[in-house]
Parts: sequence; C-alpha cells; structure tokens
Amino acid sequence: MRPPTGPATLAGFSPEVALPIHATMVRIRVFETRVTELFAAGRLPGFVHTYLGQEAIAAATCRHLRDDDYITSTHRGHGHAIAKGMPTNRLMAELFGRETGANRGRGGSMHVADFSLGMLGANGIVGGGFGIAAGAGLSARRRGSGQVAVCFFGDGGINKGTFHEALNFASVQSLPVVFVCENNQYAQFTAISRTSAVGDLAIRATGYAMPGTTVDGNDAGAVYAAVGAAVGAARDGDGPALLNCVTYRHSGHYVGDAEVYRDATEVEQWQAADPIGRLEEALVGAGWVDEPDVGAVWEAARTETAAAEEFAASSSDPDPATALDYVYTHADGVDP
Amino acid sequence: MKRMSFGQATVDATRLAMREDERVIVLGEDISWGGNFGQFRGLLEEFGPDRIIDMPISEALIMSASVGAAMTGLRPVASMSFLEFTMGAMDEIVNQAAKMRYMSGGQVSVPLVLRASDGILRSSAAQHSGSLESLFTHIAGLKVVAPSNPADAKGLLRSAMDDDDPVIYLENKSITAKRGPVPEDDHRVPLGSASVVLEGTDVTLITYSAMALRGADAAATLADDHDVSAELIDLRSLWPLDFETVASSVSKTGRVVIAHEAWLNGGLGAELSARIGEELFADLKAPVVRIGAARAPIPFSPPLESAVVPGTDAIVDAVLRVLPS
Ligand SMILES: Cc1ncc(C[n+]2csc(CCOP(=O)(O)OP(=O)(O)O)c2C)c(N)n1
Ligand SMILES: [Mg+2]
Repeated sequence: MRPPTGPATLAGFSPEVALPIHATMVRIRVFETRVTELFAAGRLPGFVHTYLGQEAIAAATCRHLRDDDYITSTHRGHGHAIAKGMPTNRLMAELFGRETGANRGRGGSMHVADFSLGMLGANGIVGGGFGIAAGAGLSARRRGSGQVAVCFFGDGGINKGTFHEALNFASVQSLPVVFVCENNQYAQFTAISRTSAVGDLAIRATGYAMPGTTVDGNDAGAVYAAVGAAVGAARDGDGPALLNCVTYRHSGHYVGDAEVYRDATEVEQWQAADPIGRLEEALVGAGWVDEPDVGAVWEAARTETAAAEEFAASSSDPDPATALDYVYTHADGVDP
Repeated sequence: MKRMSFGQATVDATRLAMREDERVIVLGEDISWGGNFGQFRGLLEEFGPDRIIDMPISEALIMSASVGAAMTGLRPVASMSFLEFTMGAMDEIVNQAAKMRYMSGGQVSVPLVLRASDGILRSSAAQHSGSLESLFTHIAGLKVVAPSNPADAKGLLRSAMDDDDPVIYLENKSITAKRGPVPEDDHRVPLGSASVVLEGTDVTLITYSAMALRGADAAATLADDHDVSAELIDLRSLWPLDFETVASSVSKTGRVVIAHEAWLNGGLGAELSARIGEELFADLKAPVVRIGAARAPIPFSPPLESAVVPGTDAIVDAVLRVLPS
C-alpha cells in the first residue's frame, strides 16, 4: 500500500462534527505518547500496544455512535475507549493497575472496558470481539433497542476463523453490526501481504453477501463518511457491513518493539501521511479553525493527560485482600 | 409429579424459564428440530425463531455470540449437542465467558448456560464420547453441573438459567432417555448441593452423572451380596462443590470410593481425593480409591468400549478393597 497524501476530505463534514473528531484524535495522540514514555520509564506494569497513527478510525467511527451503542475492541484498545467516551483518568489509572481504574486494576491495557458506555472491552485474544459484537447485535435486535454494535479489529484478526463465523452469522441474520478493520498492514511482525490471499481485504465481504468498502483510514473525513453509511444501514435494519480502513502504526507493535521488520523509508512516508496532520491541513485550509485554535486543542489535551497521570499515580493499588472479588457474581471474596 | 424422560424434563425447565423471562433465548445447531435427545422439542412452536435460533455450524460463534448477548441484557442458553464440539469454542468459554466479569472489575456478569451431551453411548467413538468436566471445573469463573436423573435435570437447569454466571450443564447421553418422576411446578435444585441418595455406614461412594446410576446398582449388590452398607452421594453440582456433604459422610464412614466416567489423572476424583486427604486425614481408615475410565480415547468396538469404561463391578470391587478384610 502506498501512503496517501493531501489533506483529509471535508465533504460530508461540518465544523460541528469535524472539530470534536479532531479533538478526540489529538487527545488520543497525546495520551498514547505519554503512555509510551511512562512505559519506557518502567512506570506501567504489563505491556502496552498504542494506537498512535490510527486515531482517525476510532474518533470518526465513534462520532456516529450513541452512548448506548456497543463497540468491541482489541489489544490496541486505548483509542477506542477514549473515542467511546471513557474518561482518561480512569483509563490511565487502569494502565497503572489502580483500584480507581476503569476495571479496578483487574484488567489492564488489554482489557479496558466500560459497560456503561457500551465499551465491551479491549480483548487480549486476537479475533475475540467478532462473536461478541454479533451477540450484542443479536441482543439489540431482540430488545428492539435500535442500538448498533461496531467491531474494531486488525488485519491480523481478519485471518481468524471467528471472522468468518461472525460475518456469516451477522449477514444471514441481518444484524446491526459494523465490522471495522483497522488495517495497519502488519500483524505483529508479519505483513498482511504474506498472510492474506486477497490484497484488498474488503473483497472478503463478498463471501458474506454484505457491502465491503476500502477506505483511507488516515483520512478522518473518509472514515466518517463510510462509517456513517454503514452504521445508518445497520440501524435501519439493513444488516452488517465490512470496512477496510487502511492505516499504519506510527510505532512498534508494542512499546519496546525493535521494529526490524519494517523498512525505515516506509515508516517515514506513512508517518508523513499522519491522520492528524492531514485533518488539520484541511480544517485550517477551509478556514474552519486557525492555528491558535489548533494549538489550544493540543494544549487542552496535554493538560488532560497530565491530570490523568496525576490521578493515576496518586491513586491506590487494589487491596490484595480483594483478589477474589468479581470472579463470580454475588460471591465476592469467596470461591463458591 | 409426572413421569418423564431426562430430555423432557429439560424441555420443561426451559419452557418455564422462557415463559417467565423474555430475555431467555436458545442458540444451537438444529435445535428447532428438537435436538439430538429431544432436549428442545416443542420450544420453537411456542417461542418462535427469534428465541429458538438455529445456528450455523460455528461453535466459536455460538459461544461468543452468547457471551455478547449475555453481557448486553439477554440470558442465552447455548447448545453444543456433543460436548466434544465445545472444543472448537474453548477460547470463547475460557478466555471470554469465564474471565469477563473478573477482567472488567465486576462491571458485568455473563449469565449464560452452555448445554452439552457428554458420557458414553453405544459406540459413538472417541470424538462423540467422553467426560471432559474437569476441563471446566478447573477454570475460575465457570460453574459446572451434571445431573443424573430427570428431576435433578429439571431442577439444576432451572437454577443454571437463574444464575448470573456462566454454567456448563452436562447432560449424559447414556441417561437422557431414562424416565423418572419430575415435580411439575417451578422445581429448582440449588447449585452446589449434593444429594445423599442412600444413607449408609461402612463406606462413602461419591458419584455424579451416569456413575450415580451405576453407583446405586453397586450399592444394591454390596448390600445384598456382601452385607455392606454404602452411603451413596450424587454430587450433581461439580462446581461449586458441596464439600460439606462429602465431609460429613466421610467423617462417619472413614472409607471413600470416588467413581466417575472421566479419566483419572487430573480428574474431579483427584481433586476430591486431595481435599479429603488434606482436610479429613484423621477420619480416614483406608486410602481413598478412585474409579474412572482407562486413559485411552473412548473406542468404537463394543467390547473395547466396555473394557475402557468402568461398570458396576469395578465399583463393587473398589469398595471391597477399602473395607477391612
Ligand atoms: C488468538 C491470539 N493469537 C495470537 C496473539 C498474539 N498477538 C497479539 S497482537 C497480534 C497481532 C495482531 O495483529 P492485528 O490484528 O493486525 O492488530 P494490530 O496489532 O496490528 O493492531 C498477535 C499475533 C493473540 N493475542 N491472540
Ligand atoms: Mg495489524
């Protein structure tokens, strides 16, 4: 895939929609940049996969979602959580493993969830979200709630059997589910071209009789337009869709990845195709914002992330006496 | 009380639960046709295809869609027909269903029931026969039940469907056709309660599922031919485990035989035996003895099949071994 160039698409956008998407993208960028530093400094347990470079997809997609709509996420889930509305202090506290974290420190980076916001969880199992999203769609239809479920997944996840099982079922049942592939072109250290028989992943939708569209995933406007059509159709009862959003990770698979498998020129070119830079170019070019407005968005994001870090760092760890809480319902602290 | 088969008793429980609670749905392959053992007969007619959902042959999806539905306001019952087919959904059972509540810090429960037929029946051969309960009892976050008679089949299924956590409901295919008296009302058997089927004084015989029936035969033989009084326990619920009932029997008899159809190594009998040794050592008058299948895949050929699976005689022999000579 060649890196896209030029400003993001504004057709179909208005300032009321584009500016909050931009702000969300910047908030994710600043948050993840700080997370990278914190991890490198040894301040976060476990390991983290950052969303740097893919911000347009979560931010533009979730702009179409109601608070009670569902998303399923992946091991690279911080961006999805922020875009769905999770306060960054609770997210950061979870990464620190604190009791004040979204999951009270029981889940960490790969399991962040907020069920009150329909965020059904990051998932440490690649492909773990497909069936959960289909089940959430089935549930929404049964309850007649008008909710939709968006399943975020990676190009690596598309090779799981669960992709096939869930897309087929969602289509045959016409469920309100939108499958959003974040095709950053690598699964860990392996290029998708080496593991997928088709180059254009949207082609796979044909086998499930659903629309499949390939989108410039670094163009927030293009993602917004494509997701809008898919979410609208799903909500109207017209069934699921597959979107192949082509993007690129700005950094390694995980923080600390030596990245021997990617060509330096390729990385540079894709970093230049930065979704935030391209959106800002379009917004400023159209006169929807000026440079100081953009600067203020970044400044606010830095203030927010600093506050989140302060909140997380000063929060308490979970009490070891509560290690058996939440295994079973109505049985905290005991093994029934 | 009404006489009905094990399979009919589960239909009865499902029907009552579905009438009472709109959130209950059933997902499985071929279920609108009634199920391999009649476990779903008549449900489509009453509840329609929105609640009795014929699924593609996609076991991972059946399970994960059930998890997704359970976390978003429904109470699904997933049917896997043969237990061996759940092996294609182990990620969804172990990594998603069982861990979701814990990983989320208690934000959500996963109220689902996974029904599957286990046990050994007429040369079904290795991929359609077996007893894999200890794969599930091993997993924190799961509950596991294995009824042995129609009344418990109904009562345990009702309780499993009421429960807010994922419950694996094992229906042994060698006994699903067996008939027995079943209470007609809203009968429930609480999870985690064993039943003392027969009181006795000389030895405690711990069983569940189809082995509870062979245990009853063995107890009768022991009484008639050997003048031995066996106390027969049917665990019914494999997790939570009613260790209190086990302990009070063991402290009375001091002698224990555990019989299951599963392989011995790492089986539920091993767990029970270890706990009895750790907690009741002073009460024991003889080593705990376990009976289980020989460690081979269940064979097709009928004589081989019976050679691998322990029958009533094996239980009788084991009991005679733990008694003073
Ligand atoms: C079932 C499973 N297999 C393997 C892994 C190890 N693993 C973690 S992330 C990953 C790559 C996933 O690639 P992709 O889906 O493209 O997501 P990306 O990391 O690019 O966002 C792998 C193989 C896993 N977590 N789960
Ligand atoms: Mg990838």
